[in-house]
Amino acid sequence: MSANRLTHLKRLEAESIHIIREVAAEFKNPVMLYSIGKDSSVMLHLAMKAFHPSKPPFPLLHVDTTWKFREMVRFRDDTAKRLGLDLIVHTNQDGVRDGITPFTHGSSVYTGVMKTDALKAALTRYGFDAAFGGARRDEEKSRAKERIFSFRTKTHAWDPKNQRPELWKLYNARVKPGESIRVFPLSNWTELDIWQYILSEAIPIVPLYFAAERPVVNRDGMLIMVDDDRLPLHPGETPEMRRIRFRTLGCYPLTGAMESDAATLPEIVREMLLARTSERSGRLIDHDEAASMEKKKKEGYF
Amino acid sequence: MSASEAPDLATLDVAAFTDYLARHEKKSLLRFLTCGSVDDGKSTLIGRLLYDTKLLFEDQLKSLERDSRRHGTVGEDIDFALLVDGLEAEREQGITIDVAYRFFATDLRKFIVADTPGHEQYTRNMATGASNADLAVILVDARHGILTQTRRHSFIVSLLGIRHVVLAVNKIDLVDYSKDVFDRIVAEYRAFAADFGFETLRPIPLSARFGDNVLDPGPNLSWYDGPTLVRHLETVNVEDDTLAKPFRMPVQWVNRPNLDFRGFSGTIATGLIRPGDPIVVAKSGRASTVKAIVTYDGDQPQAQAGEAVTLTLADEVDISRGDVLTTPDHRPEVSDQFAATLIWMADEPLLPGRSYLFKLGTKVVSGQITEIKHKTDVNTFSKLAAKTLALNEVGVVNVALSEPIAFDPYADNRDTGGFIVIDRLSNLTVGAGMVSFGLRRATNIHWQALDVSKQSRAFLKGQRPAVLWFTGLSGAGKSTIANLVEKKLHSLGRHTYTLDGDNIRHGLNKDLGFTDADRVENIRRVAETARLFVDAGLIVLVSFISPFRSERRLARELVAEGEFVEIFVDTPLSVAETRDPKGLYKKARQGQIKNFTGIDSPYEPPETPELRLDTTSGTAEDLAEQIVAYLETHDYVI
Repeated sequence: MSANRLTHLKRLEAESIHIIREVAAEFKNPVMLYSIGKDSSVMLHLAMKAFHPSKPPFPLLHVDTTWKFREMVRFRDDTAKRLGLDLIVHTNQDGVRDGITPFTHGSSVYTGVMKTDALKAALTRYGFDAAFGGARRDEEKSRAKERIFSFRTKTHAWDPKNQRPELWKLYNARVKPGESIRVFPLSNWTELDIWQYILSEAIPIVPLYFAAERPVVNRDGMLIMVDDDRLPLHPGETPEMRRIRFRTLGCYPLTGAMESDAATLPEIVREMLLARTSERSGRLIDHDEAASMEKKKKEGYF
Repeated sequence: MSASEAPDLATLDVAAFTDYLARHEKKSLLRFLTCGSVDDGKSTLIGRLLYDTKLLFEDQLKSLERDSRRHGTVGEDIDFALLVDGLEAEREQGITIDVAYRFFATDLRKFIVADTPGHEQYTRNMATGASNADLAVILVDARHGILTQTRRHSFIVSLLGIRHVVLAVNKIDLVDYSKDVFDRIVAEYRAFAADFGFETLRPIPLSARFGDNVLDPGPNLSWYDGPTLVRHLETVNVEDDTLAKPFRMPVQWVNRPNLDFRGFSGTIATGLIRPGDPIVVAKSGRASTVKAIVTYDGDQPQAQAGEAVTLTLADEVDISRGDVLTTPDHRPEVSDQFAATLIWMADEPLLPGRSYLFKLGTKVVSGQITEIKHKTDVNTFSKLAAKTLALNEVGVVNVALSEPIAFDPYADNRDTGGFIVIDRLSNLTVGAGMVSFGLRRATNIHWQALDVSKQSRAFLKGQRPAVLWFTGLSGAGKSTIANLVEKKLHSLGRHTYTLDGDNIRHGLNKDLGFTDADRVENIRRVAETARLFVDAGLIVLVSFISPFRSERRLARELVAEGEFVEIFVDTPLSVAETRDPKGLYKKARQGQIKNFTGIDSPYEPPETPELRLDTTSGTAEDLAEQIVAYLETHDYVI
């Protein structure tokens, strides 16, 4: 067998595994944020590879806003069970008690309370000193400048102008008590890389990524799936069955579907290559204000 | 096939498309960096690359058009630069202040671009972007030709070991697409870059704004018969010989799922490995053979540079994180000292003698820069004498570590020859270095084993040796109290010695001044002297202002646990200044003494001293008694 230069996917895979192992070796109490989406599925698969035949030496953490698609929650529990991993599910009970929903308080307040605050509370409560996230640099402009090891203060804040230089494969894992590092092993992957890898590795993903007949309402040009009876219908609004799928998954009232016939992975990838709209436009939270992601990240959002 | 000839995906059926995908999975990856200053049009070039290779989506274009109207600098046209200047502050100021990573692909290759700022103050960011790049695109504005910054960029690129360079002569449209201008710039560049060791140097005339020679040749440069930028990036051969080099694998993690399995996980830096191959642990010299290459996808018959694997060995060998597995034939050097080129990356200057952490491969050890041989002016390449390195300065230094480690020269191996320097207090990454060669000096001076030990010497004296380290402002009362303590110990029949800051500066340290660098060296010598006296079994009283925490930590680490008693003589500045026993504060206030602690040089109070003495609450006699009581209750005086 002759030696060949590694393909771009093999190089990305090796880089991610290297990063994941560095974290396991250098931190006392790491955790992997598991959002149930396709990127999380790839990240988890890489973690399984990194430590084989051992299990990943850290738990999974899911911040449950209580508004996730039901299929996501089912998939989450099945995955943790299938792989035999510890899963921590954390919900901001104060937010639930105060009745914070995407409808009553707007997407900005809702995201702040049920996602950002909840995440910070969970990280503080368990004392995690490192947290893996599945974000990629090609998603958004401020992400393009974020380090793979992204330092957070005791209040979980990100300071984009004061990032540690990151050279070669040498990651600086030093933190003081209470401080932490967010780690992004998929930094250098693109959306296409993710799909190609899911295809070649046969990684299970939530069925919502594949086209099927589903009940939706059309709101301001976005197709919102009626996942349960908690979605308040506007006057004259009736759910209709459309053949749809999702490019990205989050809270169902905030996630736009696309009409599609793509029911297999190659069809999804082809559709993506032909698509003229970028991934995050399916998420309402980016549209609130200019540079909104940079602002959210400074406040502690992943 | 270039990007412009890609098939129309919409016309492919699913089977044909699956084939198309399978081919694309086999693409290679090229990582490159772009360097150039604001006005060279670097961000515009990257925006153009993303636009021409159709990596921009409709909603991104829409937000780009909106931003162009708000902050743009090119009138009604789309300002591609806004696409890549990611942070809010950068968009407002129109400059690039950090490394940003961009992604695009053609049918032949996938590209990761490190977009780095070019101003002098961002040498550190350029080095960061260059550390993982195979190639550099150096931009030059055709109107201005080779500038100081072009020389600087080329120097740093060469320093970080990049062997492939594109000289992109941009804004060629603004010099009427002139061949003469282009030829002149290229000739000048070749002349000064001759010593930089570039294997390929490809000059390309282009206009990022109008797209000439970015993806397609365009009609205006018919005199140029070379490849376009994208064509060159797609086809340039940057394969180095990482596979032909000797096997190296820094161990990241010991994989022990159960008692029957013990594997060593890591990323192979260079070379190839197969089951049955002999390996050696570089530092200990222990040998074994590879039993299996274990991966999630099953055991592999072979693994190569760049792959992340787990190796099991035929024998039980003691191996832990930080060890380097190597072929027995060509081993890395093992030493606790080496010479290196260092880029300083922190606002606080490098202080020789200060204790820093060094991370090389998967090993983190403490150590110090013992000597700065010279610093290099990144603009003129001239060598200058230096006592410290400031932010963005580059120097050639000697490094001494607290224990030997395995390494290779950076020129041979980036993964086992590159290191970062971490400040122990702030935890910031303050420097990045490239090993030049090991210093044999360290390996040739062996410790002389002595039969009479520190313990036996101390036992004769009926005491436990220790350093009593008095720190505090000038005039705090350190020497007065130390003197009283020594008198008391002496009358108790104990063996002591006092090292006084002022007295030492008359002899051992009379060559040192009061700059930060000299203060560090001052403390280092005193700490080493104190260690020798502790070894002699004495109780050593050290009375030094010693304003910096890191130097006091260094002194603490030189002796064994429990042998260092830090005594903070805590006197407020106003009180010390009122006492002013030697009239020094007065002189400092009048500007006659520079770098005076408390006035124009900082004092960092101890966070957890063994003893804190409040000199406003008791007499020197009381406080000295307090120290003796501490020594008795903690068994220093038996």
